[in-house]
This record gives sequence, structure tokens and C-alpha cells, in this order.
Amino acid sequence: MPVQGAPRRKVGLIVNPIAGIGGRVGLKGSDGLEIQRLALSLGATPEAGERARAALVPLLPLAADLELLAAPAEMGEDAAREAGFGPTVIGAIRSGETTAADTRRIAGEMRDAGVDLVLFAGGDGTARDICDAIGSDLAALGVAAGVKVYSAVFAVNPRSAGELAAAFLRGQAVTHAGEVLDLDEEAYRAGRVSPSLHGYLRVPFRAGSVQGGKSPSPPSERGAAEAIAHDVVGRMVPGRWYILGPGTTTLAIADRLGFQKTLVGVDVVTLDGLQLADATERQLRDVVTAHATTVIVTPIGGQGFIFGRGNPQIGPRVLEHVGRGDLLVVATPAKLAALQGRPLLVDTGDPVVDASLAGYLPVITGYRESTVYRVST
Amino acid sequence: MLAAIGASTIAELYADIPDALRLHRPLDLPQPFTAEADLVRHVDGILARNRTTADNLSFLGAGCARHFVPVVCDEINSRGEFLTAYSGHAYEEHGRFQAIFEYQSMMGELLEMDAVNVPTYDGFQAAATGLRMAARLTGRNRVLVSAHVPADLRSKLVDYLESDIETVFIAHEASTGLLDLEALDRHLDESVAGVYFENPSYLGLIDHRGAEVARRIHAAGAVLVVGVDPISLGVLQPPAAYGADIATGDLQALGIHMQYGGGLGGFIASADDRRHLVEYPSRLYGLAPTSVSGEYGFGEVMFDDRTSFAKRENAREWTGTAAALWAITAGVYLALMGPAGMAEVGDGIMARARYAMDRVGAIPGVRIPFAAQHHFKEFVVDFGATGRTVADVNRALLARGIFGGRDLTGELPELGETALYCVTEMHTQADIDRLATDLEDVLA
Amino acid sequence: MTWPIEPKPLPRRMHQASWDEPVIFELGQPGARGVLPPALEPGIREAVGHPVAALPDTIRRPVPPKLPELSQLHVLRHYDRLAQETVGVDTGIAVGMGTCTMKYSPKVNDRFARDPRVTELHPLQDEDTVQGILEIMWRLEQFLKEISGMDRVTLQPPSGSAAIWANVSMVRAYHASRSEGSQRDQVITTLFSHPSNAAAPRVAGYDVVTIYPDADGYPDLNALRAAASGRTAALLITNPEDIGLFNPRIAEFVQVVHDVGGLAVYDQANANGILGITRAREAGFDLCHFNLHKTFSTPHAGGGPGAGASGVTAELARFLPGPTVEFDGSRYYLDHDRPDSIGKVRPFYGTTANIVRAYAWIMSLGAAGLREVAETAVLNNNYLMLRLLQIAGLTAPFAPGKRRIEQVRYSWAGLAAQTGIHTEQIASRAADFAVHYWFSHHPWVVPEPVTIEPTESYSMADLDEFAAIFAAIAEEARTNPELVRTAPHRSTIHQVDERVLDDDATWALTWRAYLRKTGGSAPDAGQGAAREDETVAGPWVAPEAGQVVAVEAG
Repeated sequence: MPVQGAPRRKVGLIVNPIAGIGGRVGLKGSDGLEIQRLALSLGATPEAGERARAALVPLLPLAADLELLAAPAEMGEDAAREAGFGPTVIGAIRSGETTAADTRRIAGEMRDAGVDLVLFAGGDGTARDICDAIGSDLAALGVAAGVKVYSAVFAVNPRSAGELAAAFLRGQAVTHAGEVLDLDEEAYRAGRVSPSLHGYLRVPFRAGSVQGGKSPSPPSERGAAEAIAHDVVGRMVPGRWYILGPGTTTLAIADRLGFQKTLVGVDVVTLDGLQLADATERQLRDVVTAHATTVIVTPIGGQGFIFGRGNPQIGPRVLEHVGRGDLLVVATPAKLAALQGRPLLVDTGDPVVDASLAGYLPVITGYRESTVYRVST
Repeated sequence: MLAAIGASTIAELYADIPDALRLHRPLDLPQPFTAEADLVRHVDGILARNRTTADNLSFLGAGCARHFVPVVCDEINSRGEFLTAYSGHAYEEHGRFQAIFEYQSMMGELLEMDAVNVPTYDGFQAAATGLRMAARLTGRNRVLVSAHVPADLRSKLVDYLESDIETVFIAHEASTGLLDLEALDRHLDESVAGVYFENPSYLGLIDHRGAEVARRIHAAGAVLVVGVDPISLGVLQPPAAYGADIATGDLQALGIHMQYGGGLGGFIASADDRRHLVEYPSRLYGLAPTSVSGEYGFGEVMFDDRTSFAKRENAREWTGTAAALWAITAGVYLALMGPAGMAEVGDGIMARARYAMDRVGAIPGVRIPFAAQHHFKEFVVDFGATGRTVADVNRALLARGIFGGRDLTGELPELGETALYCVTEMHTQADIDRLATDLEDVLA
Repeated sequence: MTWPIEPKPLPRRMHQASWDEPVIFELGQPGARGVLPPALEPGIREAVGHPVAALPDTIRRPVPPKLPELSQLHVLRHYDRLAQETVGVDTGIAVGMGTCTMKYSPKVNDRFARDPRVTELHPLQDEDTVQGILEIMWRLEQFLKEISGMDRVTLQPPSGSAAIWANVSMVRAYHASRSEGSQRDQVITTLFSHPSNAAAPRVAGYDVVTIYPDADGYPDLNALRAAASGRTAALLITNPEDIGLFNPRIAEFVQVVHDVGGLAVYDQANANGILGITRAREAGFDLCHFNLHKTFSTPHAGGGPGAGASGVTAELARFLPGPTVEFDGSRYYLDHDRPDSIGKVRPFYGTTANIVRAYAWIMSLGAAGLREVAETAVLNNNYLMLRLLQIAGLTAPFAPGKRRIEQVRYSWAGLAAQTGIHTEQIASRAADFAVHYWFSHHPWVVPEPVTIEPTESYSMADLDEFAAIFAAIAEEARTNPELVRTAPHRSTIHQVDERVLDDDATWALTWRAYLRKTGGSAPDAGQGAAREDETVAGPWVAPEAGQVVAVEAG
């Protein structure tokens, strides 16, 4: 229902036409023209376009108030037309030879054209490209079309993506920072999963609730993170060193201490200030050897990993020196609730260290609020 | 039904409850009255052992008073829809939302403040929360409270605040009965988050120096919380007029029967800005448009970090079932009374109270210690010179069908052999004359 | 025309009452009055003059408050219409408000509550004049002692959360009395407990540790073992929890806390399914509380007044809020002499009207009746669960195949994944059938939650109708999602646009704020702004202009 006086909303659509192409034929991932050609020769057919079309269906009722900007041909225009839209085509490509660079360039053009939301179909790689182009400048939401995705920027399925996009455009959803994880494709194909944190996208999530019920709107993640920060900073003591892993909750701790946190890296602080920014594993080992240190981490991504996804710098040698007694896990209640009873996970690469961390760990969840949560390997 | 769910006995449904936790005998309760008429007879029989303020002449006040309850108030709060709804959404309980929004609005006019909460339990909770709000607003942890508040409120405040807030009670002047401003000054410093006093005070006195009090408190960076009797606001300035930041009080006088002290509701009001609203633990209903032009919708003015339902233990206190039906009742009362009614009732109460003070004060041996001050509906009577105790006098009055004023000797011993008498618009001249005559007889 | 008339389908083709009723400030006219207060007799006026006029300017209100001005009929009509636009247990199938226990509040109990021998009692009356009400309070305490197994029960708290506060305050007093007050600075609770089990301890100064549920939905016992320590003041726990599962290991939970010297506090808001079957005492609890407006049938009143009851063991009785109600064999009286009491949690003694109602309710049922209440509530719940789980897309997470006690927390996650329609949207569509349902406290561990509690008051036909409504909406979510997304359509109003409520430039808690922020003015039919050119003469203005009536010095 058109809102009187509201400006026309704009959505950008980018499809990675070869996303997921490897998965169906047993290849992991699809980065690189080599893999793509191999997959096509094995009979793989691109799915991302069809996923994108399905995601657009819930947006049709808004069509009158919506301008849909699509990348050309197989990068979005085709899917848009199939869904029943008459898109504004933006950008230029060489059809049949599209690359990540096209994704990045066109995403930037969409931002410059003032879109409110970029809807993209692809995998972690595509998310990484979108992230490189627009960062958290505007909202973005992924439709999964690759193999298993690690980044916390994708909707559950195409239909949900469309519904969420529609809710966002109607003003019924807010955004939060979703982690984009960067998977080393070769390591992955060799069976070793070791993603690092690449950056964040600003992802819509549904805040809407019907007013007046017994349980009003859910808390903002930012507010919850601030409460945790308040608590953690209150516990800090002079002379002690603190290793701060990446994540939005540890970001709030940095904010409270008054320094700019390395978005995807590990920082080291004391009450006197920032000691090391974006530390390497080596540097962290030196720190824990020289000083009494506490490691502060928060789960990264949607699966609940506190080690092993996004913070490889805090490696097993660092952890075995510090010990579980000087490990401080922080997480908002919503993050823990999303685990739905599943444990937090550790995957440092060293099973002995992993075992030493398993069991029950205290987790700070707010100001003077905590839980004791199960950690598993 | 059992067949449908595949159980052969009800006991199977309780299979999860271990034997050791079970009660292996029936509950030891009296034989029930399953027929309605039998139940009525039983309860009526017990209630018959009560004497009420309807068939006796009562001058009791001290936080609960017999005011006029319009029949339409009872009519509306008996409506099954209002009585049996709970916390539904703004659609299926739209009427409840609108009625409470209108209550908030009418209280806003009474208090001249744009933000009013959905009520909390009672005036004590409103005062306690008002003081915690002051602490949150300022980041300080000491509060100053007038010593002339009910002893029960002092008890409540200590219980509710003591975990992290220190409460200091400020004396009143012996001669005037008003808040001792010098004592206030002595304690006002940068550690004080808020100051609470009541106007009229517990002893019925009206303090006209509110602006001066506010000036001193604000100079120290503290928050002024004033507790008021809403039925006085037809004739008295609301606290906002003299600089209060937060106004609190109890709704009982606005169309709610006393119910042996069970008919209570607590209001909290303030300026309408984010800084204040974020500190309310209560629900706050607001007007909103709907998808159809011209329709009134309602919802909650919500902060993510505000109520306990959203933030669990980070809560600014908590919110829950409190006094919604009394909010609706108070709204009905204020709508029935209107501006003229509120002015008349306030004027009538003050006139009757003054008449009673004069008549009683004229009795030999009886003194009205603060007679020179302005009173609203209550006043202190000093029996010290009569040689009789208040308890004694009240016993004698009771035998004559009169409930004498609350005995203050235990609560405020520094006042001597005193009682707190309450006069409302429900007292007639004959009632007051009878009090005076009977008191004189009793004391003779 | 069809004859005979076709049978009525389910769901009903109903429409909720909708009066398009203005806000009361837009009604009435200047000078209208709804009721007159008692007239002041000339004798009094002659004797004292105008005390209001004698007030200093700083405290005398110059102009009466700008309230609406309506005749009595118009006030009555306005509120009757608003009542019609409200669905309660009396008019709707209110099984959707899980944990609230929306059972029938018998009207006969309202009659007692409104009896002048209850309403016209002043709390400070001589005890000899209120033996009746004291007897009811004392007897209700005895009933609740038996139902809980506790040694003393206070009826002073005005609600469940207030009773939780009273319990927490008593825990605090207990540890202080043993000089362990500062050592024990932590309280443990569970995620599925009511938020007040976390919020009240915070006000009392405690840090709160929340135990999350394990994969089966029970609070994680090992987590509790890891959390309990010499810092633990108490465990605040509910059983069965809001998802409807009875924790069979509850006695172990209590033992863990006792082993570290803490107290166990039982939130019995969810008592309706276990009355007469299991009690706080047998599980080893030290304190418990009940909600009289849930389990014991007192009406919910749109959000209060409610009533809470806190029960304690003999060891803790000295900390109870005062006064307590005592009986010496011939006389009931109030005992104020309680030096170790935590003091007052509210003025006077409790929500008297609800104490009377709860007393009468228990007296109408007796032991066998209460047992039947519990068993019927559990039977109804398991039957409704069966019907609801037939709906594709609705599941009951945790413990598949297990019986539930009196309520169930379901999840629409399956339907949401399929259709993109979420639980809040389904709830808005449910309003079109005069049905409400509650989701869950936050955070939502169960995604897309729905918490349903039938109680004993609803028939099989009611439950079938409720299930039919859910099934119909689920089908609409699949076939006509736009209808669900834009609901409600047959309720009192249409979909609320909540955005104004988040912005301090637009939100309005009062009509005056709304007018101020929208630059509006009161319409002619109202009052206030339209009358600013008139002087409203308060009745205190002395007949002779300028004459101020002095107050006599005493």
C-alpha cells in the first residue's frame, strides 16, 4: 500500500551467474575461470538466476513504488524480467565472460545511483565482492546460490530474502552488521576450512512486532553490545593486557575504550590505550609471553565458533599460554539464542587446545549479566 | 479427547513428574460450595462481620480515603471486555489501548506534563521508581526524602532502594510543619540524585514554596520528584508549574473504591523527551496512524533498552501486570468530572477540611498544630492537652460509630499525642458537626 | 436466498466491533458535565469562606485543567464502545495468551469483590470492625500454604513480578542475617523464566547468571553446576517452563543450589497444570510465588490490578513483608511487630478484591475441583497440541513425542521458511478472528514462536475452532500471503504504522503532545484551546471581586 508522500524506493539486483556452479557437480566453490569451465563441461547449469527470480516474487506487490535497478543480462536483468519486473539496467558487461570485477564495479554504480538495498545472488565470494564495493554504506542482502555459505549475510532461502527485502523497503526492518567470511577456496577444496573475517555488510533483519503484545520489539544488537562493553570495561584492571578479537560485540568494547577497532583483525589494548592494531599470531604470542593477558572473543558468523572462524590469529599457541581462566567470551543474548541449544564451537587446529576449552565457559551477555554456556569441539 | 491424543488415562499425561515429587494425598482443603447460592451464602456470612465506612462515619485517610465514586466508573470497570482482557495487541484490544491513551492524556492535562506512564502498582512504587529514575538520570546514588511521608513509604523506599541508593530523610519545621529548607540545603550536594516530597504532605499541608525548592535542587544538579494527590489538582498547581521534573502519586481518589487499601494505582509523569522516557520501566502507549487514513492506532513508545521484557536483567527495573483497569477508571472519572467538577471537588474538600479544623480546634484541650497553614484534605489533631491518648479517644469514638483519625503516635512520635484526620467531599456539615460534638463529649 | 440456512463454517466470518471512535478530547462541548460532586453546604461556606482563594498565587491553580467536557451519557457511550472494541476471555477464545492462564473468572466472585463490605472498608479501621476481611485473608493464606506446602504465605504483593521482588528481598535479608550478604552477590535463573526473575534481582543489587536450555529444552543442569558457587544467593526457576515441559530433575537443581548454600525460589506462574499433583515443598524449594490472576481465576483486568502470593518456609517467615494476618483461635489481627521483616512492598495488605475472588474460587472447587482444573488444563493442552501439529509448518520444538503440561511453545519456522510469512504477521491476521496469541519472552530461542495455553475453561469445540483458525491462516500464508502480510482486515482498525513511535519528534503519549507536535488545535467540538478567550471562573472566586478571604491563624 503506497505510503503517501514517501519517495520511491530503489533496489539493486546483482546475480553472480556462475555462483554455485561447481557444487552440483562435486566441485567446491566456483572462483576462477578454470573451475567454471570445468563445471560447465561436467554439465552444471547455473542456478543463481533462478534463485534471484524467486527472491523477487515477494517484491512484486511493491512494484508500483519501487525502482528495480539490475545489472545487465545474466547478471540480473534476465532474472528481473522473468520475475515480471521492468528493470532499469545499470552498468555494462561482456555477456558470457563476467567476473568478480563486474560485480564490484556495478555494486558501486548502484550505490552511486542511490539504491536503498542491494540484493545479490551468489556465495561467500560474491558477498566478499559486494563488501569490497560498498562495505556498510547501504543495506545489502544475499540470496544463497553457491554451496554452503559461511557469511552471515544470506537469507534462509530465496523467498525469505524477498520477504525480508520487502519488509526493509516498507520500513519494517532494521539492519545489523553481518560478517562476511573469506574462504580460502583451495584450502576448502582440500578439506581444510579456515575462513577469516573479510568485513561486514549491513544486513536487514526483521525488527517488526505487532505493537502492544506482552513481548515488544526485540532489543537492538547495538544496545546489547553496549551493555556488554560497559560490563567488560568495568572489569579491566591496570597493567593487564587484553587481546580483542574481531566481531561487532568486541567493536562495542573498543568504542567504549575510545579507540578505533580493526574491523576484521585482532587488537591488543591496556587501560592506557591501544597497544597493537591488527596483530599477527606471532605478535600475540609475544604479548602473552610478556604480560598477564586476557583474551576477549565473541562468536563469529552464524554457527557459534569462538575460535576457528574469523580469528585465526588467536592461535592454539596463544591460547594454551593464556588458559581458559583468562578467556572472556562475550555474546549478546540474541546471538546465543540463535544457536537454539547448540553449543559454542572451537576449532583452533590443535585438538588438545580445543579439548582444554571444551566444557562450560562463562559468557558475558550484558551489564552484570552472564551465562555459563557449553563449548564443544 | 484422551482417545484422540492416544492416552488411556490422564495420569499418562503426567508421566514426566517423578514419584518423589508427587503429593500422594488429596489437598487438605475445606469441603467446597459447588452450588452458586451456597457459595454466596458462605461468603456473605463472612463479609457480614465487616463494618464499613458506609455505615459508620469515618475520618480515616493516610494514603487511602473515601471519595465519591461515580456509578458510571463502576459500570465501565465491570464491563467484561475490559475486565477479562489482558495484554493483547493493538488490534483485538484496541479499545483498551485507546482508553489507556485517553487516561494518559487526561492525566497529562491534570499534571501539565506531556509524558505519562501506564500505571504501576501504587503511589509507593511510583515514588520509588521516580527516585530510581532520578538516580539513572544523574548517575548519582543518594536521594533526599521528606520525613513527612507515611512510615510505610519509608519502609518501601529502604527495601527498594538500598541495594545501590542511600536515602536520607529531611526534617520538617516543628512550627509550620513544612519542609525545612535549611535542612534540605545542608544535605544538598553533588552526590544527590533526587529529592522527593509530597504536596499536599502526608500531614495534609500544602507547600506553596515549590519553585524555591526546585531552584535549590536544580542548582545542585539533582532531580525533583513530587508526589501529589490527583484529586487536588483542580485547585492546586501541578508540580510541573513549579519546576518538578517527575510527578508521581496514587490514583485511588479518582473513582476507585478503597477496597481495604487494595484499590491503588501509581502514576509517573515527566517532560516528553528521550532523556526522560528512556528511564521509565513502565509501558508507554502512543498514538499512531494506520494504513487507513483517519484511523487511530496505538502502540508502544518503545526503546530497545528500556523494559524488562526486551532486555531481561539489564532492565530499568521491570514492568508487568499492575493497574490498567484503574487507569481506565480514573479516565472515566476525569471525563465525568471535567474541569468544573475537578475545581469544585477540590474547593469543596478544602472548605470542609477547614470547617472541620475550626470546629475540632475549638474543643477545649484540642489543638490543631498547623492550623495557620493551608491544608487540602487532612490535618493533624493534637490531643496532648486533653490528658487522653489517641487510642483511647478512638475507642470511645468507635463505640459511637465514628472511625477517628489515624493514630500518629507510633509513626511520628515527635508530634506528640496526635492523630491524622481526613475530610473529603463525602462528609456533610452534619457529619463534621457530629464529630465535633462527639469528640467534645468523649473528652469531657 | 437459501433455505434451510447453511451451517456455519469455521473459521467464522466475523468482524470485530469497529466504531471509528474519536479520541475523547474530540467529543463533548463546552459546559457539558458528566457528574456533579457533592454540593458544599452554605453553612460551611459561610463559616470558612474560600480557602482556595486564600492560597498563595504560587500554588493556586489559576485555570482548571483542560479535561474533556462531556455529558454523562456521552462518557458512558464512549467507553462502552471502547469496551466493545476489546476482546477478553468473556468474548473470545483466549487460549493464545500462553503463561497468562486466561481462564474464566466467575462472575459470582466479582459480586463479592464489589460488595460494599469489601469496597467501603478503610485499611486502617480498627481490627474489630474488619474481622470478615481478615478471616478471608487468613483462610486464603492457609489454602495457599496447603497448595504449595510452604509454611507461611503473604498476600501483600500486587502482582507476580512484585511477588518475585518480595522473594528476592527476603533472600537478600536471609543472607545478610547470616553475614553472607556481600559474599552472595549472584542470582541464577533460566532463559525460559519470566524476565522479572532476572530484572528484580538486578534491582536488589545482584549479578544475574542465566542458564540457557539444552538441546532438549530443559535448563542445562551441567551449566547450573558450573555456575553455582559461594557467590550464589539463589536460583530462581520455573517448572514447568514456558515451553510446557516439566523438568523431572528439578529436585537435583534445587540440591545443587542448596549444596552451595543458596536458596531455591520457585516461580509458580505456571501452576495451573499441577495443582494438587506436585508442590514446591516436595521439590525442596525455600520460597515460591503464585499469580492469583493466573492460576486462581481473578480477572486480568486489561493489565491489572493483579495479585501475587509469596510462600516461604518457616525459616524465612520472619522476613515476610508486614503486617501478617494472624488468628489466635477467636480473633483475627494484624501483626506489625516483625523486626526482621523486609518491610513494605506496597501500601497496606494486598489486592483485597482479588484476595476475595481467589478465596471464593477455591471454596467453590475444593481439593477435588482443583485437581480437576489441573487435569482438564493438561488434557486440553495436549489435545490442542495434537490438532495444531496437524498444521503443516507448525512444530513444537524440543522433546518430540513428549507430553506437555499446561502450555506449549510452538514454532512457525517451517511456515516462515516456506512462505516468508512470520509469526507476528500471522498474529495480526488472527485478530480478524478475535484471536490473540503471544510469542515468547526475549530472546527468541524458539524461532517464530507461538505460546498457547488452553486452561481448563475451554471446550473441545473451542479448541477445534482455534485450530481451524490457525489452519486457515497457515493456508492463506501459502496461497495468499499478501492478505496475511497486510492484516488485519476485519478487526477494529487496520495495520498500525509504528514508525511514529520511534521518533521523539512524532511520538505522542498524550493528546496534548500530539497536538503540539502536529501543530494541531482542538476542534471546535472540544475544549481547551477553543476556550482560551473565556475566563473560567473557578468556584472559589469570591462574590466580591478582589476580596481575598484570609485564613485564620491557629
